[in-house]
Amino acid sequence: MFTKFQKSFQTGVVTSSYPYEKEPAPFRFRGRIEIDNERCKQCNICVDVCPTGAYTWIEQDGKRYLQLSHAKCVFCGICEEMCSYKAIAITNSFELAATHKEDLLTKAGFDTKESVEALGKKLNEKIFSVFKRSLHVREVDAGSCNGCEWEFVALYNSPVHDLQRFGIDVVASPRHADCLLVTGPPTRNLETALIKTYHATPEPKMVIALGACAGSGGIFSNCYATKNGIDNVIPVDIYIPGCPPRPQAIIYGFLLALDRVRK
Amino acid sequence: MGTSRQDYLDTLTSRFYGTVTITKSFLENEIYISTSKEKLIDICSYINSTFQASLSAMICNDERSLNKYFKIYYVFSLPEEDTFLIVNIPVSEQEPVFPSITPKIPAAHWYEREIKDMFGLEPVGHPDPYTLVLHGNFPDNTYPLRKDFDVQTRLPHLESKLPFKRVEGEGVFEIPVGPIHAGIIEPGHFRFSAVGDSILYLDAKLFYTHKGTEKIFETMPYTKALFLAERICGVCAASHATGYCQAIEKVAGVGIPPRAKFIRTILLELERLYNHIGDIGNICAGAAFHLGSAHGFRIREYLQLLNETITGNRYLRGMITIGGVRFDINNDLKKYIVTLLTDIKKDFKELTDIMFASSSLMDRLETTGRLPAETARGLGVVGVAARASGIGRDARVNHPYAAYREVDFDVPVFYNDGDVYARVRVRVDEVYQSIYIIEQCFDKMSEGSIKTSVKELPPYRQALSYVESPRGENIYWIMTAPDNRLFRYKVRSPSFCNWPAIPYTIPGNIVPDFPLINKSFELCYSCTDL
Ligand code: SF4
Ligand code: SF4
Repeated sequence: MFTKFQKSFQTGVVTSSYPYEKEPAPFRFRGRIEIDNERCKQCNICVDVCPTGAYTWIEQDGKRYLQLSHAKCVFCGICEEMCSYKAIAITNSFELAATHKEDLLTKAGFDTKESVEALGKKLNEKIFSVFKRSLHVREVDAGSCNGCEWEFVALYNSPVHDLQRFGIDVVASPRHADCLLVTGPPTRNLETALIKTYHATPEPKMVIALGACAGSGGIFSNCYATKNGIDNVIPVDIYIPGCPPRPQAIIYGFLLALDRVRK
Repeated sequence: MGTSRQDYLDTLTSRFYGTVTITKSFLENEIYISTSKEKLIDICSYINSTFQASLSAMICNDERSLNKYFKIYYVFSLPEEDTFLIVNIPVSEQEPVFPSITPKIPAAHWYEREIKDMFGLEPVGHPDPYTLVLHGNFPDNTYPLRKDFDVQTRLPHLESKLPFKRVEGEGVFEIPVGPIHAGIIEPGHFRFSAVGDSILYLDAKLFYTHKGTEKIFETMPYTKALFLAERICGVCAASHATGYCQAIEKVAGVGIPPRAKFIRTILLELERLYNHIGDIGNICAGAAFHLGSAHGFRIREYLQLLNETITGNRYLRGMITIGGVRFDINNDLKKYIVTLLTDIKKDFKELTDIMFASSSLMDRLETTGRLPAETARGLGVVGVAARASGIGRDARVNHPYAAYREVDFDVPVFYNDGDVYARVRVRVDEVYQSIYIIEQCFDKMSEGSIKTSVKELPPYRQALSYVESPRGENIYWIMTAPDNRLFRYKVRSPSFCNWPAIPYTIPGNIVPDFPLINKSFELCYSCTDL
């Protein structure tokens, strides 16, 4: 018994302070992608090399622009590597979640006047006003590669992220849930289960699409066995891009989610 | 002294004179043996029993556009010799049947059912020829891996009622679980037939996460397909990336720089580390030993942050590339890694000491979910589960790749009770071995380039690739197509081999032990369902 206490005391508090304080991702982390349309020579190489078809050309005011969908991107970084004109920059910003797929085009993230730190302070407050102190989440794997699951487990189970400190908890049944967190393209074999789970969740409810697969089908899109994103099956309130999104990016998604529910 | 490669071949040709054609591949350790349907069972059982060669994979390939036939390849791995014997037979479209070898070699069980679903070829004499991959919602006669099936086909969604096997009798009741689980885990559907708390029978329905991965491979240029390979499984990304890159490098005939080999080895061992430590945390959670799970998850977090620092991704994605690796590990990073691993070694030792001194935990782990060695061997079980049943199978030793020839390490096969405890012990030992391997890599690697370029792929070349992932041996088989594309890329994950073993370990245990047993195998659904 003594050794158990000793181990815990020696370890001390390990919980991360995000979002109350900034916690930058490591230098090599691949997050939000910025396009410099001035530098772009329209050589098309990024369109050619992107494994998920995240780049498209759009016409606006008679000019041609490169457009990127963060919902499709798997953050492989090959576009930045191949662009000879340095028109593509992969930043290490991971706060990418958005309420509309269109917001994930070109410039991801939502334009907030408030800083993330301020948002973080308001989180507990928000949960209180909407769901009376707690938000109950049911995670639904609709055919993920297990990467997104592991990130959510890291967020929920690991003392480093400790999701419960925000009053967010995972429940065993969709009948007890306020929120479904869905991963996967979804697959054909899970479509029915996903729809049934959605209908079993009481109102008011919200749905978060976690990861590139849930957002757009990701690298598994356009295939007989998958659909191109869960919004083809059930309505989605929040998209969290990433492949997989790191735990802090998921926390950021929850912040945004709560903002939306309040309306 | 063991028998040499040539001796095996000579024995085979004299024994089956006139009925086999042996072709050496451009790769030394792959020998293709063509035969006919009639001789198949004899040859396979001969190789399996006389040579003690285990069935490593079965691959079907639609080669009708090339030679009018479907081909089925049976990959056997010779013991104590880095050689694969690949028996193959043609199957015609007019007569879409092939003899089942399952009655002789039970390890073929799932492969044959998979081939039936994906190619529409019938294994004659299979004891249990039910559908495996395609659930009842797929229309009849849908064979996704045939070449005349388009990847984007939109199929109608049918209502399905596939029966489950159950035990009937007084007091027997059925507990259905999944596919949407109470925990945060991947989807599968299980039916327990139980009396009180004791399980009599378990039937599992899997392949919920079937994403058509192998079909998507056939539609991508080989450079893009790397990113798909990394996403076959979230938590074995480095293994799948290495397996894919090795396959491409083999068919293209390029070697990679020594430094890249060492860096790949470091990444592969980092993958084993975060998986094994995370799994130990998970097993503690399954046994309601929360102190263990909290510390396990904490250490796993440190390792994943390290992964992100090295590769830019917490799952080691985006670093391993065709021809080598994308980023180098400089001296500062090296120092950081070595220091962190030294700390983790101490931290982890303290954790496991506490675990093994806890009688409440040990009570749950010991004698639970036993997998006897014969069952494991018969079913072709691999990885940690095989080693915990006393079978010393490890691709790093049997078929060395990356820098594994140059480092020294032990494979623990002395915990051979085959219970949950043995599987935990094997992981604990492997954690230290992994750290030891990484340290050696840093000592041995010299400066130099980290990438060679690969340009054109020769069409219609075949090669095998293999990697020991944290879960066990992964086997890949590639055949290239013109225009730098893939004709076929077969992925055989360790979980595909180990799943059929689970139902054998369950009966006699109580229902609450099922999650624990399942976690001790740590099977992955995504790379099984593909
Ligand atoms: S980083 Fe994203 S946009 Fe760029 S190539 Fe990769 S998937 Fe496409
Ligand atoms: S988004 Fe990426 S990590 Fe998440 S399930 Fe899809 S492939 Fe896996």
